[in-house]
Amino acid sequence: MNNSRRRFLQIAGVSALGLGAKPVLDAFAAGGGEGPGFHVARGEDALDAKQWAMVIDTRQLQSSADLEPIVEACHKVHNVPTTIVNKNHEIKWIWEAHYHNAFTDKTNPFLNESVEHRPFLLLCNHCENPPCVRACPTKATFKRERDGIVLMDFHRCIGCRFCMAACPFGARSFNFRDPRPFIQETNKQFPTRAKGVVEKCNFCAERLAVGKMPACVEASNGAIAFGDLYDEHSEVRELLKENYTIRRKQTLGTEPAVYYIV
Amino acid sequence: MLELAVKGNKWYWGWMVVLLGVIGAGFGLYLMQLKFGLGITGMSRDVSWGFYIANFTYLVGVAAGGVMVVLPFYLHDYKAYGKITILGEFLAIAAIVMCLLFILVDLGVPTRALNVLLYPTLNSVLFYDAIVLNGYLFLNLVIGWNVLEAERNGVHYQSWLKPLIYISIPWAVSIHTVTAYLYCGLPGRHFWLTAVLAPRFLASAFAAGPALLILLCLFIRRFTNFDPGRQQIQTLAKTVAYAICINVFFFLCEIFVAFYSQIPGHMDHIKYLFVGLHGHGVLVPWMWASMILMTVGIVLTVTPATRKNETSLAIACIVIIMGTWIDKGLGMISGGFVPNPMHEVNEYIPTLPEIGITLGVYAMGALVLTVLYKMAVGVKEEVHG
Repeated sequence: MNNSRRRFLQIAGVSALGLGAKPVLDAFAAGGGEGPGFHVARGEDALDAKQWAMVIDTRQLQSSADLEPIVEACHKVHNVPTTIVNKNHEIKWIWEAHYHNAFTDKTNPFLNESVEHRPFLLLCNHCENPPCVRACPTKATFKRERDGIVLMDFHRCIGCRFCMAACPFGARSFNFRDPRPFIQETNKQFPTRAKGVVEKCNFCAERLAVGKMPACVEASNGAIAFGDLYDEHSEVRELLKENYTIRRKQTLGTEPAVYYIV
Repeated sequence: MLELAVKGNKWYWGWMVVLLGVIGAGFGLYLMQLKFGLGITGMSRDVSWGFYIANFTYLVGVAAGGVMVVLPFYLHDYKAYGKITILGEFLAIAAIVMCLLFILVDLGVPTRALNVLLYPTLNSVLFYDAIVLNGYLFLNLVIGWNVLEAERNGVHYQSWLKPLIYISIPWAVSIHTVTAYLYCGLPGRHFWLTAVLAPRFLASAFAAGPALLILLCLFIRRFTNFDPGRQQIQTLAKTVAYAICINVFFFLCEIFVAFYSQIPGHMDHIKYLFVGLHGHGVLVPWMWASMILMTVGIVLTVTPATRKNETSLAIACIVIIMGTWIDKGLGMISGGFVPNPMHEVNEYIPTLPEIGITLGVYAMGALVLTVLYKMAVGVKEEVHG
């Protein structure tokens, strides 16, 4: 009796292990596999690109007053909580920084004065080789193959924050508390987030899907261009041809898709 | 064998009640954290991993350290360790239980923890970490339990255990290597971006793990009828001596590379830890304390007289545990996040609820360890007594 009960428990234990291992084995068998965003619905007017990229003409954005409407447009349309007082819990998708914070590897002791005092917009670089995607243990953050946007599935994220450690640009925020009381005006067209998940700029994937340019681009009065990096006739490629541009920490090999004209 | 753990004197039960109290308090605080979010901790947008992950990292080391008794016994046939391999294996189990709990309390959405297995992601180091940690727990449970039961019954352990035992040795190395890979493969975090991180983690693990084991052996000898043995303790002490020397050596290698190359990105984190950066330096006294503690530990374990004297050896073990804990627990994680990728300095200090939850996890580990050691010592008393 005693012996058979022990035997039963042993078999039950091994079976439970086997069940637990099944999805793992499936994944090994299936190989790569697409991220969850592969099935995102697209409108008829959806805009397409091989790799979306952004060129920010910082010459046209000389003061904080120039950046404010851009930041506000983004945060408003994406339900980013803007009234959190505790700096530790801050959420930001696009924000303002000094030159020496934005380009830590390109700071000269004696710098062009206008550049030194100019504010710079920072946001997710939607890297072509994103370390955050490599780090995520659940594919909650993934690079959409269709257009190169680094996206997030807020429903899959377990909140381990490995992506935040992996991002060399400080582009990611974590919901240390319920963000909803701190959203001034909720945009019903876009989801709010729950506490415990990471979020960041999504290059306005939801707007591109219905034929609209990103909110920051629209609010920038032409200072920010957006287009396909691999279409040589795109607006961004024209700008890259005509102007000398820099990117943040390009020596790390992540290949940021946000370019700055200085 | 569990019945051995439900028989004990009033001290045993008193200790268990104390542990249950701490676990209860920690659990209460954890419920608070579940309700409010990780905002009740001192973590921030810039320092996005804190006390939980630091202690997790340290305890992976303690778990891996158990292999320092398993390896000499099974690979080198160092018979003296036969008496205490079970203590190393059971210490590893308790440490891994704490590791898994620290990961769980650190998750923003713990109810989704199983997504790691539901959507296995082969390019994520965290996936492999989950595999190796659970695997190591499983190996030690199976090996420890069966070998102890065989000893109790006066028979040789089952032959199918042998391959598992051999696998468990490189597996112990793998758990700390993979844990180091969580950090050292991240671009833009210069403090961690070093090939010596995994070896350094292992060195500190092989100092801290056996040091804790020595203290536990001394405790067991004093308060039970089982003597783990003077020879065993002395051999462990030599392991600790070598490992703590290598740990400090690796650290000095880091210092050389950063300050001879003079690359700011490499120097800044070390400067922040040891002299402060832009007027911020909460960890400065801690880091110097860690260096002093580890140096004292080296002197006491390398000098034959102080190593052979069990009182000074116990002191050496305590300072080494403290020194490596500050080095790896406090400094390693915060140091990597400060300054942040924009070279801004935002410091991290754990909050009281965070420390309370941490203590709760440690109490849970102590409870598991107490039950396992009660069984192991009970069997040893039966067999040798």
